[in-house]
Amino acid sequence: MAWFHEWTADFADTFTRCFIKDDRYKLLLEGIGVTIKVSLLAVLIGIIIGLLIALCNLSKKKLLRFIGGIYTDVIRGTPSVTQLMIIYFVIFASIGLDKWIIAAIAFGINSGAYVSEIIRAGILSIDKGQTEAGRSLGLSAYQTMTRIVIPQAVKNIFPALCNEFIVLIKETAIVGYVGLMDIQKAGDFIKSATFEAFMPLIGTAVIYYVLIKILTILLNRIEKRLRASEVR
Amino acid sequence: MIKVKNLHKQFGDLQVLNGIDEHIKKGEVVVVIGPSGSGKSTFLRCLNLLEEVTGGEIYVDDELITGPHVNVNQVRQKMGMVFQHFNLFPHLTIMGNITLAPVLLKKMTKEEAQKRGMELLARVGLEEKADAYPAQLSGGQKQRVAIARALAMDPEIMLFDEPTSALDPEMVGEVLEVMKDLAESGMTMVIVTHEMGFAREVASRVLFMDQGIVMEQGRPEEIFTNPKNERTQLFLSKVL
Repeated sequence: MAWFHEWTADFADTFTRCFIKDDRYKLLLEGIGVTIKVSLLAVLIGIIIGLLIALCNLSKKKLLRFIGGIYTDVIRGTPSVTQLMIIYFVIFASIGLDKWIIAAIAFGINSGAYVSEIIRAGILSIDKGQTEAGRSLGLSAYQTMTRIVIPQAVKNIFPALCNEFIVLIKETAIVGYVGLMDIQKAGDFIKSATFEAFMPLIGTAVIYYVLIKILTILLNRIEKRLRASEVR
Repeated sequence: MIKVKNLHKQFGDLQVLNGIDEHIKKGEVVVVIGPSGSGKSTFLRCLNLLEEVTGGEIYVDDELITGPHVNVNQVRQKMGMVFQHFNLFPHLTIMGNITLAPVLLKKMTKEEAQKRGMELLARVGLEEKADAYPAQLSGGQKQRVAIARALAMDPEIMLFDEPTSALDPEMVGEVLEVMKDLAESGMTMVIVTHEMGFAREVASRVLFMDQGIVMEQGRPEEIFTNPKNERTQLFLSKVL
């Protein structure tokens, strides 16, 4: 059993060096904060942009459809790292916004393109008769959309939206490129400082996994509640 | 009340309405019959502009509603529409379905709308369902709610697009009963239906449509017992 003792001692030693010494765990905690902040704001921006672009894509006006089409096309056709760097170093270069806010805007813009497709599909999934019934009562197109179509579409698109949010959280692991200390960057930093690869990287993975697991459980609960009101 | 002049409707290359001239007077119950594909539903949907008219004119209360600067939403408030597939809003309660439009369009406060809603539900015999959701109702009940929902806007005209075609046979009667009551109360109604017995009993006038035009029209007893047009005779021989 000697090898086992040796191994555990070794493990404990590396663990201490990586996470405890010099308060390195604080880096990771800070990283978790940054990841969560950026993700939450990005999700919010993504939903707003997504809804607007979805409505553009569904519009009868050619110009709006054109704008929506270009947006989705460009965002989907370029890597998010490139988008992040363009937005950070080019567009917001001279504006004194907090780094994390700029990053959140970049991810929001990116996510908006994907969210718009999800919302568009959700709106199309609602029977045309619902719109006709609303319009026949004298409601405007806008009232029909906000009071009748979207409330029903939300239920249908919820699972797909959740998926998109999880993708978005993981996507934020590239914010290190613009000098933000998120979970990934913190792990990376510890790796360089300790010359250990295994411990900080696995640690990073575990943190992301746990974060997303918690989120998934929360979202599943919300979805169940949404569904519960359906089986009446 | 509604004047239709030389109405045309085209879907792509398909000519659905081929020039319809009609005058529907206040208090009339006009029943439109005809084979499927004859354009009768399209005609009805043109009346409240759910279909864009491709030619001709429609006047409601002497106002041209097919012109370019018409407030479509206001025109539609004068006309209630009942659909074949009910189209109730599944995310709202029955009361929510009925009060949504009157409250949103500021015709009534929420309290007034709910009071009116209860009256209307009583009228269609569904007071106890006010807090239920559409999914809990049978087809016949859904259609009665749909009628109440349309009535909540106090329309001058009610349009019915095959209101009993999606119902189980045993539920047709309850819906027709409500419609009959409505007709007797003096409501102006345009009804597209395959219920010939109902047409005969309730209609003040019957239109027989085929190939996008009104082939023959008249009082129900004339149309049903002594049709003059050959197409009408053929159609009625199949359905009666």
